[in-house]
Parts: sequence; C-alpha cells; structure tokens
Amino acid sequence: MTGLAVEVAGLRRSYGETRAVDGVDLAVAAGECVAVLGPNGAGKTTTVEILEGFRRRDAGDVRVLGVDPASGGRDWRSRLGIVLQSDDERLDATVTELVHHFARYYADPRDPEELIDAVGLRAKAGARGRALSGGQRRRLDVALGIVGRPELVFLDEPTTGFDPEARRAFWDLVDGLRADGTTVLLTTHYLEEAERLADRVVVVDHGRVVAEGPPATLGGRAARRAVVHWDEDGAPRQERTETPTAAVAALAARFGGEVPGLRVQRPTLEDVYLGLVGADAQEEP
Amino acid sequence: MSRADVAGAERTRPALPGTVRLAGARVGYELRAYFRERDAVVFIFAYPVIMLAIFASVFGKDDATVGPGVPFTQYFLPGMIATGVMLSSFQNIATSIAVERDQGSLKRLRGTPLPSASYFLGKVGQVLVATLLQTGLLLAAAGLLFGVDLPTSAEAWLTFSWVFVLGIAAGTLAGVAFSSVPRTSRSATAVVVPIVLVLQFISGVFFVFNDLPSWMQAIASVFPLKWLAQGMRSVFLPAGAEAFEVSGSWQHGLTAVVLVVWSVASLLVAVRTFRWLRRDES
Repeated sequence: MTGLAVEVAGLRRSYGETRAVDGVDLAVAAGECVAVLGPNGAGKTTTVEILEGFRRRDAGDVRVLGVDPASGGRDWRSRLGIVLQSDDERLDATVTELVHHFARYYADPRDPEELIDAVGLRAKAGARGRALSGGQRRRLDVALGIVGRPELVFLDEPTTGFDPEARRAFWDLVDGLRADGTTVLLTTHYLEEAERLADRVVVVDHGRVVAEGPPATLGGRAARRAVVHWDEDGAPRQERTETPTAAVAALAARFGGEVPGLRVQRPTLEDVYLGLVGADAQEEP
Repeated sequence: MSRADVAGAERTRPALPGTVRLAGARVGYELRAYFRERDAVVFIFAYPVIMLAIFASVFGKDDATVGPGVPFTQYFLPGMIATGVMLSSFQNIATSIAVERDQGSLKRLRGTPLPSASYFLGKVGQVLVATLLQTGLLLAAAGLLFGVDLPTSAEAWLTFSWVFVLGIAAGTLAGVAFSSVPRTSRSATAVVVPIVLVLQFISGVFFVFNDLPSWMQAIASVFPLKWLAQGMRSVFLPAGAEAFEVSGSWQHGLTAVVLVVWSVASLLVAVRTFRWLRRDES
C-alpha cells in the first residue's frame, strides 16, 4: 500500500490538434479531499474522466486505488463512487426505487433508507426523478454515487445551480463522507467550495497544473502579499507588502495620526486563483 | 489465511452479486420504467389492435376474402403480430438506448459494477415480457372481437414459438446496433419510426404481400419483417393458403436463416459500435 488513492504522472490527452491534458501530475492521499480548480476547457473534466475509466489517455501513468483505470473491472468500479451531473429528464423511477435498485449492484451497500435520510430526500422519497428540483436531483446523484460504500468519490461540480442553503447542506453531506474515511476528488467552479471542503487545491489551466497547495497558502507568499490602500494628494495610493503592520505604522507616522481612506486587503483565494489563471485566460484569441 | 498478504490493510469485500441475479433485477427495473411511460406503452400496445380493426373494417366488409377461405382480418392478423414484435423489439430498443445514452443513464451505469451482460439481458427480458403481453392482447382481440379462428394444433404453436423468438432476437439485436445512429434523444424517434413505417408498407403488413410490385417484394425480402410476417401467416392462415405466397410455400427454412443471419450480423455490428458514452464524450 502506498497510501495514495490516486497517482497520476505525465498524463496527456489530445483531441486532434488540441492538447486538452498536457502533462498533469497529481497525487491524492487516502482519506484526503482534493479540489481541482480551473476555467472551462482547462482539462479538468478530461482528467477526471480518465481517472474514472470513461476516457482513454495518450500517455502517462495512472493508478486509481492501485489499478490502471483503462483495465479496471467490476471489483475496481465497486470501490469507486462516481457522482455524475445527470440530465436524464425522462427518469421515471422514484427516489426510493432508484436508490434500492442501485444498492443491488454492490456487495456491501449502505442501507438505502438511511441513505435517503442522509441526503435529505425523505420528503421526496416517493417522487420520480424528473420531478425533483436541481438541488434535489444532485442529492439523488450523490446517493446513487455513494450507495456502494466507495473508498474514493469523484464529485464533478456537485453544487452548480444550488442556492446557498442547499450548498451548505451538501457540504455537510461531504463532511459526513469524509468522517467515514472516504477519499474525495472534487472539481468545482466555486472557490468558496474548494476552501470549505478541500485539504488541498490543484489549479489546472491549459491542460497543466499551474499551482497546488492548501487553500490558505495557495500561490505562495508572493501571491499572498497584502495590499495597503490610502488616499494622498486627492489620489488613491497602494502598496503591496509582506509586512502590512509596519507599512501602516509608517503611514501613521507620516500623516501624524489618521491615514485618509486606509484599507488593508488580504488576497482571497479568488484573487490568488485569478492571478494564476485570469491574466492568461484574457489573452486567449 | 493464504490471502492475508494480498488483502493487506485493505478492507475485505464480499463477492459482488452475480450477473444473472443482476439481470433479474434489471428486468424488473426495465419493466417498471417501460410501463410507466404511458404514452409509449399505449401506442405500442394499442397500435396493432387499432390497425387490425381498421383493416378488418375497410377490407373485410361484406365478408371479402384473400383467395378462397381466407378472410381479410385473418390475413392481416399475422402481419399485425409481426408489426407488434418489431415495435416492441426494434423500435423500443433502438430509441430507448439512444435516449439513455444521450441523457447519461448509460454513463452512470458504466460507472457502477453492473456487468454489461446484465444490462443487455435486462433489455431482452423486458422485450420478451412486453411482446408476450402485447401479442396476447392482439390474439384475444382478434378472436373475441373480430371472430378470427385461432389455430389449435401443437405444430402451429410450435412454429409460432420459434418465429416469435427469432423475430424478437433479430429485432432486439438490430435495435441495439441501430441505437448508435440517432445523435440525440430528440431525434431518436424521428430516425427510427420512418424505417419501421416503410417496412410495414412493403413487408405484407398493410397490403397483401402477393399484390405488391416485384421490386418492392425484392427489397422487403432483405429485411426481417417480411419473413416474420410470412412465418406468422404460416401459423394463422388455413392449410393451403401458401398457394397465395409469392413462392407458393411458407419457406420455413429460409425464414429461420434470414432471421438468424440478421441476429448474428446485428450482434457483430453492436459489439463493434456500442458505446456507453455520447459520441462527443469519448
């Protein structure tokens, strides 16, 4: 046992001339939650779907739960939980029927009724899949993805279209999974979600990993320098610094008291992220 | 324990459920989904009965017959049975799999330990049950409402059985193979239904096959529906009615060969072309 749920080295995949995944390295420890962030077309979905065994790769070493996804069989799939974004509008079966039916595919499934409670669909247990709201639908997707007690769960943009309340409820659900020791690989557009759920964030752009680390230190010290803003001679001024307290003290001494328009800004994860991918994205032809 | 070194720190897992058991679970699931889609079920079940009623009323008035001793209603009943088999096998499978692929249901199944064989056996079971019910309904309607004499000999029902099973096999497998043709779930019905409709017109379902132009008979002979309808006529028409067939005989051997060839060819195409994901996803 390496203690790694996911190991990826030098992963590549091209579609025609487009290099969708261009040398991605990635490691996810057992029990860890890693968020993959990146703009649309960055290669997130291709990467994750190669790990899930849905797509083939051109090059690279990939091990998911110790198995190459290209040759993963039933036993391997029974250890994964793949939460897909479904758009199956004709889903005629009810929540109860679906969860009970999918439970039959596995050797040691969760109790379907307890799971329906856990994902908060008790009130909708008798409703057909197509009659659910977007958020309820996604919770059904989660229930179907985790009914087999997976060791590793893939969550692909799980809360897109959720209202804030539903999003918080969903995060609690993921916390519950992690408390059971489940490894989670998450892709998301929402930095708040990555910050809340992930031990580590991996930023992907143009098919490569451009940064990775815990949400609090992503991008390194340079990207995290505070910005001190103030007004002087009728114009806004600013200074980037690693020692904002000293900078404010110096300003206070210079102004002999109150500094007009004083503001100290710490970069949010969003600022750091936009610094990593934003400038690049805008140069696209 | 000898496997201890292999299992190591991993949680030991009990064996996964067997393919056959899961096929049974899929049959139940498919049947529930099938019968819940009311408009499609009403169409597939009622269509052959309604068409039989129309043809019986239009062509069968004043006790008109196809040759001596064969009332029009009796001549059209086997064609309607054949059409019903094609609707609930080929049309149903081709459209339902195309829709499941387009809407991501197949992808979801591919991400679970469900064996492919269980999925396909589930479809086959659903087609078998639905077609048996539909044919039973049609036979009951023909016997009770339109006064068609149904065969009583064991030999006739034996012929019915193998023609029925081979027809379902050819239709289902051709449906699986054809399911890769429609690009979206919206276009699935629009792509599949015209094929079914044209075959009904040229295969001796709506018209007496013998009356069709010979080039049309030649085209129809390439497809299974003509043979399925002819095989059913050999069951439901009285002895001697083979004189009104183009070849002057029921051609049981050739019927079996054509249906088996269609089944095997469709299976080979399906194995090579079947995809769990949409075209743009893989």
